[in-house]
Amino acid sequence: MNNHKKQYSNDEILQFLTEVYDPEIPVLNIVEMGIVRNVECKENEVRVDITPTYSGCPAMNMIQEEIFLILQKNNIENIKINTIYSPAWTTDWLSEETKKKLQEYGIAPPHQTNSNVTLIIPKNIECPFCQSAKTELRSEFGSTSCKSLYYCRECQQPFEYFKEI
Amino acid sequence: MKTEQEYLFEFLLRLGDDQLILGHRLSEWCGHAPILEEDIALANISLDCIGQSSALLKLAAEIEEKGRTEDTLAYFREATQFKNIQLVEQPNGDFAFTIARQFLFDVYVYLLYEKIQHSTHPTLSGIAAKAFKEITYHLRHSKEWMLRLGDGTEESHKRLQNAVDELWTFTDELFAFDEVENALVSAKIIPPLISLQQEWNEMVKKVLAEATIKLFNEQCYKVKGSRKGKHSEHLGHLLAEMQILARSFPTAKW
Repeated sequence: MNNHKKQYSNDEILQFLTEVYDPEIPVLNIVEMGIVRNVECKENEVRVDITPTYSGCPAMNMIQEEIFLILQKNNIENIKINTIYSPAWTTDWLSEETKKKLQEYGIAPPHQTNSNVTLIIPKNIECPFCQSAKTELRSEFGSTSCKSLYYCRECQQPFEYFKEI
Repeated sequence: MKTEQEYLFEFLLRLGDDQLILGHRLSEWCGHAPILEEDIALANISLDCIGQSSALLKLAAEIEEKGRTEDTLAYFREATQFKNIQLVEQPNGDFAFTIARQFLFDVYVYLLYEKIQHSTHPTLSGIAAKAFKEITYHLRHSKEWMLRLGDGTEESHKRLQNAVDELWTFTDELFAFDEVENALVSAKIIPPLISLQQEWNEMVKKVLAEATIKLFNEQCYKVKGSRKGKHSEHLGHLLAEMQILARSFPTAKW
């Protein structure tokens, strides 16, 4: 790497950020997760707007550090990371392709919320291993904030569901 | 006469302190809950509360413009400067007590944040909209447990009934709105909160009835004054534990 300073386009910056993966779901990068909301490349400053998945998500600090590292690796020195709260992160931002990746990784992808998380616990969550809908909720809170625990009565496997929010 | 900025700061402290103190209380369950799934659930809810409080106190500090941060607000205030309701500082007790405390609080913040997410202050509105979705999950969880414990075994019913009897004394001041909220409503920063108590009563009583829990204590003595800094003895002990590291090593960094 030389020290030549190159002016990057916003798309190029976004491309760099696709190399940062969510530490808790290592098949998804932070761009397809919808954590990166906006990037802006001005003269000698790169600004990245990010939004937390959950208010208390402990991965956010690590994600910020990784953003710094990946941009520094590409000779960008002046980096500003903004945390924004509005609009609130929603799993509806995950594309079909992203949901497919989750399922292949063994996590049942989220149902659509249509901007409304209700007090009714969703039924018919499909098992990511055998696609059976004969599943039951074991706990609404799983190993991370974004997942709940289910059990498949068909293939008798416990699995995680990426909660719709 | 206080300025709008001062009222908003005060209101954010009330919201943020509720979440911070409850988040700390729930964290005390980590490694002690009756089953593994509940250990994880309570720790997750605790994280949400602390995350929400961090966003709210950060905004409070920015609005105050006195150079404080969410951390200095959390770690370098005395008990009398905390504005949380007494409900959330009560010790965990048994699992039924923790669930009852959580349920009474969850219904409150579910209804409160549903309104505040329509605040005309963009950052407050964003934080509240996000928190509202998380709180929906918390309420699903605590409501399910209310039914399971209340309408469960003789022992679980007895414990939950005792918890509700004891906690009812803390429920009036959830709605102790004063010049702070009134000023913000008048300035159209937050929507009116006048219907909140009635909505809370309806929702809580419906679940209590379904859980076969009775309200023997509805007319009991009700504590008041927390929003002005009056607390039970328990808050000081909680703060001693929560604040000791930051106060012993004020410049420590992770």
